[in-house]
Amino acid sequence: MGKVSAKPVLFANSIPAQAPMDPEMTNSSASEAVAIGAAKRTPEVIARRVRGLSDRAIAWLFIAPTIVLLLAINVFPLIWTVYLSFTNYKANRAARGVEWVGLDNYRRVLTDSDIWHNMLVTGHFLLWTMTFQVLIGFGLAWLINKNFKGHGVWTTVILLPMMLSPAVVGNFWTFLYQPQIGLFNYIVGFFTGVDPSSFEMIGSVNLAPWAIVIVDTWMWTPYVMLICLAGLRSIPDYIYEAAEVDGAGPLRTFWSITLPMVLPFLMLAVLFRAIENFKMFDLVVELTSGGPGSVTELASINLKREAFEKWRTGLSSAFAIILFVTVFGAANIYVKALNRVKQR
Amino acid sequence: MSSTTAHSVVEPGRYLRFFAGAVVVVYALVTMIPLVWIFITGFKTPQDSISYPPKVIFEPSLEGYVNLFTTRTRQTPDYMATLPPPETWYDELVRSRQMVIAGPSKFGERFMNSIIIGFGSTFLSVFLGTLAAYAFSRFRIPLADDLLFFILSTRMMPPIAVAIPIFLMYRTVGLSDTHLGMIILYTTVNVSLAVWLLKGFVDEIPREYEEAALIDGYTRFQAFVKVVLPQMATGIAATAIFCLIFAWNEYAFALLLTSGTAQTAPPFIPTIIGEGGLDWPAIGAGVTLFLLPVLVFTILLRKHLLRGITFGAVRK
Repeated sequence: MGKVSAKPVLFANSIPAQAPMDPEMTNSSASEAVAIGAAKRTPEVIARRVRGLSDRAIAWLFIAPTIVLLLAINVFPLIWTVYLSFTNYKANRAARGVEWVGLDNYRRVLTDSDIWHNMLVTGHFLLWTMTFQVLIGFGLAWLINKNFKGHGVWTTVILLPMMLSPAVVGNFWTFLYQPQIGLFNYIVGFFTGVDPSSFEMIGSVNLAPWAIVIVDTWMWTPYVMLICLAGLRSIPDYIYEAAEVDGAGPLRTFWSITLPMVLPFLMLAVLFRAIENFKMFDLVVELTSGGPGSVTELASINLKREAFEKWRTGLSSAFAIILFVTVFGAANIYVKALNRVKQR
Repeated sequence: MSSTTAHSVVEPGRYLRFFAGAVVVVYALVTMIPLVWIFITGFKTPQDSISYPPKVIFEPSLEGYVNLFTTRTRQTPDYMATLPPPETWYDELVRSRQMVIAGPSKFGERFMNSIIIGFGSTFLSVFLGTLAAYAFSRFRIPLADDLLFFILSTRMMPPIAVAIPIFLMYRTVGLSDTHLGMIILYTTVNVSLAVWLLKGFVDEIPREYEEAALIDGYTRFQAFVKVVLPQMATGIAATAIFCLIFAWNEYAFALLLTSGTAQTAPPFIPTIIGEGGLDWPAIGAGVTLFLLPVLVFTILLRKHLLRGITFGAVRK
């Protein structure tokens, strides 16, 4: 990020072709990016003539450990979860017989009003964190792209929160949110004249949903900003020059050039953030642990309760599968839209 | 270009540039307040940390750090009088609160666990990731795109959903609450990031180098070790830091799958309790020590941050 002269060396290769959700395009774009035409023309003869292991053997030798690890620690457990979701297994009473209950768990999850409440809370959290992060993140990126003196240093400062441990961030924000002694309340009180001990960000039913939105926005706006900045920097100067020659005003230029060209980047940022926030657990658990009552109880928090406090392993497995399918399905639909935007 | 090109990246106007700088600097300063606050809280006394209005100017004290690393017991003045004079400055500090040090706290242990598990899993995931990335980048692998996508999709699972079967599995094979279990788990989560990031880095190394080496009589494996690996050094370092930061920051698995022996710092820090509520200076001290390495690494990494946070999807 550091230098004023930082330019997108490989802007042609930015998301347009490299979105990870879009595997069929990665190979071609990658080789395009490095611009090695020779790559595909590697003479087979050379490959065959070399001593030692054949390329084929090396390829499999290199990939196998990763695949084995993922099969053992990822796929196998996933299949196990699917199996458990059809049973009434309870992990704290392992000795009890396991009964096959068919789709019962899924029916119970989908008709559980608490779980629908969790989905609403998650939706509220997603909607507002995304809105704030996109607006502030894009605005900041746009300002930083004006290349004022020292923007590299300040950009790095702004980026710091996103690399921290969400759980630890949630924990120390509870300190800032303390009703009387907390710095957040004090600053709000100082600027608005409200008594700092008169409101509780975490303890109040009305404010707690916003308390988690504020912390998440504080932490993750830099993420959206960084990706937007890459988008802004990928717009070649000559397009702006051409627009100016054509007599386009600043507003028109922004609306017809800047925004559409940054949009794929922005959408990619939202995709990554939305997946993360849909799974959100650590930050909010440490901040509010779902309370007061259940007003900030996101889906993952309730999943943890069902699975590791109530020990309804079967039911929570069904819940987990439903969450996974939801995020996977939504991400796929979104990626289709993203591809359409980039092809324009 | 004249001053009318306010919205052009080519040459923003002087006032716009100044305004942009001012807003960004203000935002940066505001965003730093929480971090600075928790940092200075670590140097307050417990009384100062909960004073109203919040104290910006105070007499610095190392009590938070002493409390972080020790467990203490309150004693009667009679008992205190029978003790020999304090040997160290921290003994003295604790005794001035009518307490004596009973022993070290668990923080050092938890911090060590974070280091062992972080470095162990980082080493493994970068090792596996480098091999796989090279293979994906250079060889024609059947279903390569599907495999790469599969590797990535494993990141979409909510951690709690993954934790349910892992919990049962680890309980069966005896890996619950062990360093090895956590290293394996974090390696699995990180290897997807490592493969995607490193593949991007390998893709950028011209194939001509290896081809020249192959013609010179190197085997494929030698070419990989002697020609490609040195070229990957920067990419490997950046990837390693990303893996390390993930493992360092991870909370959900650590909370659910460890309870003592292998517990890392994130689930432990919030549980630091002092007399009469949370001991904020000790928490501030713990948070500071815990976050500091990440801040340093972030600054070192800033050129590769974009790539790292988007799995290599966006490069600069």
